[in-house]
Amino acid sequence: MLKAKNKLGIVFFPAFDWAISPTHPERHERLLYTQDQIFEEGIEDIEGIEFYNPIVATPKDIKRVHFTVPSVEARLTDSHFISVGGAIKAMQAVMNKDVDKAFALIRPPGHHAQRVVYGDRGFCVVNVEAVMIERMRQEYGDLKVAIIDTDCHHGDGTQDVYWNDKNTLFISFHQDGRTLYPGTGFIDELGGPSAYGYNLNIPLPPQTGDEGFEYVLDHVVLPILEEFKPDIIINSAGQDNHYSDPLTSMNFSARGYAKLNEKLSPDIAVLEGGYSIEGALPYINVGIILAMAGLDYSHVIEPDFSPDKVSQTRHVARAVEKLSDEVMTLWKYRAELVEEKFRGKKYVENRRQVYYDTDNILENQVQKFKVCRQCSGVNTITSSNDQGDNVLGVTIPRDACQECQTEGHDHFEKSFRGAFTHAYLQDRINDEYRNK
Amino acid sequence: MIVGLDMGGTHIDAIIMNDGAITKVVKKPADYDDLFHSIWSTLKELLQGIDPSAIKKINLSTTISTNAIVENKTARVGMIIQGGPGLPNEHVAVGAENVFISGYTDHRGEVVSDIDTKEINEAIELFNDRKIADIAVVTKFSTRNPTSELAIAKRVSEQFQKITLGHQTSGKLNFPRRVNTSYLNAAVYDTFSRFSDNITLSLEKEGVQARVSILKADGGIMSIDSAKHMPVETILSGPAASLMGIQALLDTHEDAILLDVGGTTTDLFFLADGVPLFEPVGIKIDAYKTLVRSIYSVSIGLGGDSRIIVEDKKLKIGPRRQGKPFALGGPVATPTDAMIVLGQLDIGDSALAKEALAPLATDLGLSIDEVANEVLDTMARMIKAKADELLSEINSKPVYTVKELLHGKQLVPKSIGMIGGPANVLAPRLEKEFHIPCRYPQYYEVANAIGAALAKTTTEINLIADTSRGTLSVPELGVYEKIDRNYSLRAASERALTLVTERAVAMGATRAGLETEIIEESVFNMVDGFRTKGQNIRIKAQVKPGLIHSLKGRVVCKTKTDDTEVIPPIEKIDGIRVNGRPGSLSTCNAQADVATGTGKGFATASGGTHA
Repeated sequence: MLKAKNKLGIVFFPAFDWAISPTHPERHERLLYTQDQIFEEGIEDIEGIEFYNPIVATPKDIKRVHFTVPSVEARLTDSHFISVGGAIKAMQAVMNKDVDKAFALIRPPGHHAQRVVYGDRGFCVVNVEAVMIERMRQEYGDLKVAIIDTDCHHGDGTQDVYWNDKNTLFISFHQDGRTLYPGTGFIDELGGPSAYGYNLNIPLPPQTGDEGFEYVLDHVVLPILEEFKPDIIINSAGQDNHYSDPLTSMNFSARGYAKLNEKLSPDIAVLEGGYSIEGALPYINVGIILAMAGLDYSHVIEPDFSPDKVSQTRHVARAVEKLSDEVMTLWKYRAELVEEKFRGKKYVENRRQVYYDTDNILENQVQKFKVCRQCSGVNTITSSNDQGDNVLGVTIPRDACQECQTEGHDHFEKSFRGAFTHAYLQDRINDEYRNK
Repeated sequence: MIVGLDMGGTHIDAIIMNDGAITKVVKKPADYDDLFHSIWSTLKELLQGIDPSAIKKINLSTTISTNAIVENKTARVGMIIQGGPGLPNEHVAVGAENVFISGYTDHRGEVVSDIDTKEINEAIELFNDRKIADIAVVTKFSTRNPTSELAIAKRVSEQFQKITLGHQTSGKLNFPRRVNTSYLNAAVYDTFSRFSDNITLSLEKEGVQARVSILKADGGIMSIDSAKHMPVETILSGPAASLMGIQALLDTHEDAILLDVGGTTTDLFFLADGVPLFEPVGIKIDAYKTLVRSIYSVSIGLGGDSRIIVEDKKLKIGPRRQGKPFALGGPVATPTDAMIVLGQLDIGDSALAKEALAPLATDLGLSIDEVANEVLDTMARMIKAKADELLSEINSKPVYTVKELLHGKQLVPKSIGMIGGPANVLAPRLEKEFHIPCRYPQYYEVANAIGAALAKTTTEINLIADTSRGTLSVPELGVYEKIDRNYSLRAASERALTLVTERAVAMGATRAGLETEIIEESVFNMVDGFRTKGQNIRIKAQVKPGLIHSLKGRVVCKTKTDDTEVIPPIEKIDGIRVNGRPGSLSTCNAQADVATGTGKGFATASGGTHA
C-alpha cells in the first residue's frame, strides 16, 4: 500500500453541471478524464491523501478582493462561490494542520479576474487564489505569501490585485504576451510604489520546453523565494503550458509539471487553465498530486509523449537564460529602482484599458496609489466601460496608517453620487465593505 | 418454503419460512475446523421431517470465503498485471507471483500499446514452474476496454484451471482494488468450489431440489453457480444478513440508524429513506481493499460482554472482551453485569454482578446502582459519538456537481432500529442521547437468518458509451461492442436496463416482477477544437435493493418446539416496542412488521456513493 510522504488534501470539484457554453473550452467535460485517471489510479486509497468537498464562499469573501459591478450576487454564479470555496477549503485544511499540503482541483478558474469586475474575462469572474489568500489573512493573520503562477497565460488578474502589496510576492511565468492572451506580463510590470519589484513577470518564448521551465525555476523562482522567505507558497497551477494544449504553443510535459511542483513545494496549489482535457490534464493532475504527496511520479507519461515534444531549440534556451538574468537583475536592484521611479511623488497614477474577452466589455481605468511612508498607502480606482458604468473604488489596505484610513473614508463619503453609477469602499482594516 | 441460514462467529442459525411465517428454527454452534459439516448438519436438522419438495429456496450466508482469506488458507495465485504509465506498479503486487507486463490502455479505452506475447509466455512458464494453478489477469482501464485482458486470457486459458479477469469483477474504476479483487477471487476459487459442490451433492442426496443461493455483502443473493465463478462476492455477508434482518423486523422508510449489539461488538448501519447505505467503492477484507459491492457497516468493540475498567476516574468500556460476564462466571465486570444489577436482565448470579461492579463504584465514589447506570449511559454515549462521527463522514461524501453540493441529500436519522441482547435496556438510554425514537423487535435471535431468507437477487452494471470512438462497454458482462455516432442516452438507458435484467436472471432471479432502475446517468459532449465530436454516456443500473416482497405484512412464528437446539424465547415474541415502552405499537402478539425496503434515493440506491 502506498503512503504519502506529505499528507495531502485534495479538493476535487469538477462542477460537471457548469459550463460557459457546451463547446467552450471551459465546459462540463473538462475534468471528466482527470476524474477517471484519479479514480483508476486509486489515489483515494493512498494513505495520507484526504479528499474534501468545497465549502461555499460568501459575498464578503469576494468583496475583500473585488469591486464587482453592479454587485457580487449579480455577477457570480453558484459555481463561482463553490470554486472559491474549494480553494478556501484547501487553505483551511493546510492552516488547521489537517494536512501538510493541499491541491484544489476546481473550476471555473480565476487568475484573470482583476480588482474591478464587470464580467467574465479569460474565463474568470472571481480571482480564486486572491479571495482565498485574503480569507486566510482574515482568519490566520498577516502571512507573507508567494504566488507562483504557472499558467501559460499571464496572471494579469492576480498581478492587479497584488500590484501594490509587498507582503505578496507574485511571479508569473507564461508565454510571451506578444503571442498570447491577455497580451500583458512583460518584465517591466514590476508593481506599485509600495511593492515595486514584488511583481515579477517571466514572458517565455513560444516552444519553451521542459528544460527551459526548469531553468527559470532553478535560476529565478527558487533563489527569489529563498530571499523573500514566504510563510505560504501558492502555485496558481494552470496546465496549459502542456505541449498538447489547443490554445497555447509551449512544450511542457506532465512530468515537467510534477517536477516543478516537487521543487517548488507549494503549500497550496490551485488549478487554473489547461484545456487539453484528454491528452494532458489527467496526467498533469496525477503528476502534481504525486509530487505534492512526495510520491514517485516518474511513470506518469502521456500516451503520445516523445522527447522531441518537450525539447526546445538552442535559440529558445538562450532567450530563456537571458530573460532569467534580466529578471534577477531587476529583483536585485529593486530598492534602487523604487527610489529612481517614485522619488518625491505623492501619488502615482496608472492608466489602462482592460478588455473582457469572454463578455466583450471594454473598460478604461485609472488607478491612483498614495505614496505613504507609514503604510502601503490608500488607493483608488476610477473606471468606466462601454456599457455605461462609471465606478469609484477606494481601498484601505490592511496596513493602512491612520491618515490613509481617514483619507480613504473621506474619499468614499464625499464622492459625488452623480459622478458615479457605483461607488465602493474596501476597508481591509475593519473588514468592512460598503457601496453606494 | 424458504430456508435462511446464517453462519455467525459462534453459531449457525437456520430458519424455515412459509408464507411469511417462521415455521422452524435451528441454532447450532459453528465448528470452524469443518465449515461444511457445520452448515450441512444444521441444514439437515432443519430439513428433518420436512417434505424436501416443499423447499423452494435455500439462501446461505456463509463465512467460507471470508475465513479462507482471513486465515490465509487460500490458493497460491499467479498475477499478470499490466499497469502502464501512472503510479508505480510494484505496490499493487499481491499473491504468490506477479508478472508485470508492458503495453497499456488509456482512460478512453484506447489501446495505446499492445501486449507482448513473449512476456505472456514467460509468465505461463513461471507459473507452471511454481505449480500455480489459479491465475488472475488485470490491466489498467480494462473496464474501459477489456481487449488486452481477453487477449491474454486466450493465450493462457488451456494452461490453468481458473482465470479471473479484472474487468469481470467490477465495472468501477480503481486499478489497485481491481487487482486485489481479482486476486481474492482466484485465491478462494478452490475452497468455494469444493463447498458449493458438496452442498449441491448433499442436497441432491436428500432429494431437495430447491434453488440454492449465497448471500453477498450487499445484502442480495446470487445463485450458487454464479457464486462459483465469482466467489469473492460471497465475502463478509454476515453484517449484510444482520442488516437485512433488522430491516425485515422493523419496517421503516425514513433515514435511520440500525444497530446490532452483540456480546463483543456493536455494528452500525444506516438507512436513507429506508434503503441501506452502501460502501462507496467496495469492502475491505483483511488488508485488501476491494471492489466488492457491500452494505456500509462499521463495527466497534462495544458489547454486552465488553471489559469495563476505570481509567483516569472514568469508565472505559471495551474494546476488549475477556470472556463471559462476571455474573456468569467470567473474569471481569461487563455491561451485562450492570444490567443484572439494575434488575433489567434476569440471568446469572446478581450477587456476583454486584461484586463485579463494587470496585468500580469505590474508584468513582458512586453507589453500585449509580455505577451500573453510568455504565449503560456511557455505552449509549459511545454509540452516539461513533454514529455522529460516521454521519459527518457520510454527509461530507465527495460530490461533483453544483446541484449536489448545494441541494444534495443529507442523512438525518429519524429513528434507531436495534437488535441484540441489551436492546431493551439500551433503547431508553439511546433515545435520551439521540433524541429520536429507538425501536427494537423482541424477536431478534435469528434476525440474520431471516435477513438471508428474505434477500433477493441483486446486481449492478456500469455502462459507458463513447460515440466518438463508437464503442459501448459493460465490463461486468464482458460486453464491448460497436455503436454508431448517433447512439443516444435513451438507447443506452434501455440497453442498460435490459442488460442488468439479463444479468440478474443469469444470477438466479426470476424475470417476472424483477425491478430494475437507473441510478446514475450522465452525458458529456466531447469536443475537439470548438466542435462537438461525440458524446460520452455513463450509466449505472441495478436491481432495486431490498427484501423479497412476497412477505408484505407480518412475520408470524408458528413454531413451538422442545428441541434443545431451538432457541428458547420464541413464545416471547410480542411485537415491536416503541420508545422502550413494551407493546405500545404492537396490536397483537407474535408478529413483527416486515420492511419491503424498496425505496429509492441517495447513495443507498447507487450502491456506491456514500462517504
